[in-house]
Amino acid sequence: MLSLHKLSHAFGGLKAVDDVSLELPQYCLGALIGPNGAGKTTLFALMSGFLKPDSGRVLYRGEDITGGAPHRNALHGMARTFQIVQPFAQQTVRENIAVGAHLRLPGRRDALERAEIVAQQVGLAHQLEKPASDLTVAGRKRLELARALATQPRLLLLDEVLAGLNPGEIAEMIPVVQSIAASGVTVLMIEHVMQAVMNLAQQVWVLAQGRLIAQGTPMEVTRDDKVIEAYLGHGTAARLRAAELAR
Amino acid sequence: MKDLGCIALFALIVACVPLVTSSGVALNFTMMALYACLLAQAWNILGGFGGQFSFGHALFFGTGAYVQAIAQLQGLNPWLALPLALAASALVALFVGALTFRYGLKGSYFALVTLAFAEVFRIVSLSVSFTGAGVGLMVPLRASASNMQFASRAGYVWLVLAMVVVALLVTAWLRHSRFGAYLQAVRDNEDAARAVGVDPFRVKLAAIALSAALMGAGGAFYVQVFQYIDPGIAYGPGTSVEALVAAIVGGMGTLWGPVVGAVALHLLADLTRNLFGQLPGINMVIYGVVLVLIMMFAPRGIAGFGLPARWRRLRGKRNG
Repeated sequence: MLSLHKLSHAFGGLKAVDDVSLELPQYCLGALIGPNGAGKTTLFALMSGFLKPDSGRVLYRGEDITGGAPHRNALHGMARTFQIVQPFAQQTVRENIAVGAHLRLPGRRDALERAEIVAQQVGLAHQLEKPASDLTVAGRKRLELARALATQPRLLLLDEVLAGLNPGEIAEMIPVVQSIAASGVTVLMIEHVMQAVMNLAQQVWVLAQGRLIAQGTPMEVTRDDKVIEAYLGHGTAARLRAAELAR
Repeated sequence: MKDLGCIALFALIVACVPLVTSSGVALNFTMMALYACLLAQAWNILGGFGGQFSFGHALFFGTGAYVQAIAQLQGLNPWLALPLALAASALVALFVGALTFRYGLKGSYFALVTLAFAEVFRIVSLSVSFTGAGVGLMVPLRASASNMQFASRAGYVWLVLAMVVVALLVTAWLRHSRFGAYLQAVRDNEDAARAVGVDPFRVKLAAIALSAALMGAGGAFYVQVFQYIDPGIAYGPGTSVEALVAAIVGGMGTLWGPVVGAVALHLLADLTRNLFGQLPGINMVIYGVVLVLIMMFAPRGIAGFGLPARWRRLRGKRNG
């Protein structure tokens, strides 16, 4: 579905994404994890066209879309959400979602109706007429998801849709993401909430300091020494194992 | 389609004004207030719905006015000159828009560039011959409907009312169409709009062309009424300010805000003229004060000030 070939991007002297290659198969529900500042969001921006890579290529459904404009990628079925939620604050929830729906539906009435269906899918149905600025953080995350979903994507890039939610809200969101994936949408999510990653992801990629350091199933990745050290510091993997043996 | 009903009602009531009264003062006030409505609505399309604050809308007004005047002096019928004037204004807008939006100029940068363009056009029109340079252009007076010049103010009231109705219809269309939704999405959050497939460049370009065409209609109307145009009137900052103040005071991004704002400001200007006499520039001082007050106490304008916002909140609560 999506493959990255030796993608690199630097902000000044900082290599935010460094020679990353990965292959996201169709219908996969994948997760991209890594410590803060690892370059996950930058990688998303490179995939969706918000940033142009310094080198490397992005292939989407076999086509080279490197440096293509985001709106064109959206038209071809790639939708993304933002880590820092970006609602159209002055408009209602319904109008917000309708903007996404308009990508496939030119008619205003069709788009507004479609917005209602999508809102039900993500659990926003009872807040349709609220101004987006009145939503809670959890509501805004749902709105991000709904707006992306309304474009009827083939590939959905979710940037931390669970961050900032309380455990109850996370538990509500997980089945939503699951059902989206089950409906045939390929999903790649950036996530810090490991509970969700372990529950949801079939495949996990781990990014640290711009480099891809591990990939595999959630179980494989969480046992990987390099991953443990990326999160907890150099030498911790050996110490953890020693502690385990001592017990 | 409540909007269409309201527009029809508005048109009907205002169209009756010249039938009810033949007082020159009343008709003149109606005409000038409608003319201000037109400019404010034109600005509102780009500024209110698109969030692009132009300080140089006189650029499009002046272009429309000059094309209308020059075409007539070349012997063209004013009714045929009008589409040319609209097209010329839109063309200038496409040029300015392509330059500024291509490089992502926003906010105060966009405002300054539009202001600069209007000034450049003013200076150029002062020095080239086909605009009549500093002397300006006089259009011969031949009052007849076929010549778009009217013996009484009533004809002009109906003419500008027709233009205002078109502007209202365009605005109503913005509120209920994909293009309008895209335009407001770009205003509220450009990145989010891009992520769901909106091309901000094209949307903004279409908006500035639309806005400019209506502004050009205002310019053409001005020439028909006063039969005279010069660089200061055409491209001076006065028109730009009048358009944006009325829209902001009335309520940006709303259908009736610019109408309310334009009428309120005209009432105010007439009132102060009666109080202070013909003190030159006093209306601009008043506009400035009103703009500051509105920005401080009612940033959503008169139309966004009372009922609608509260009603919307109530409705939200009932459903939520």
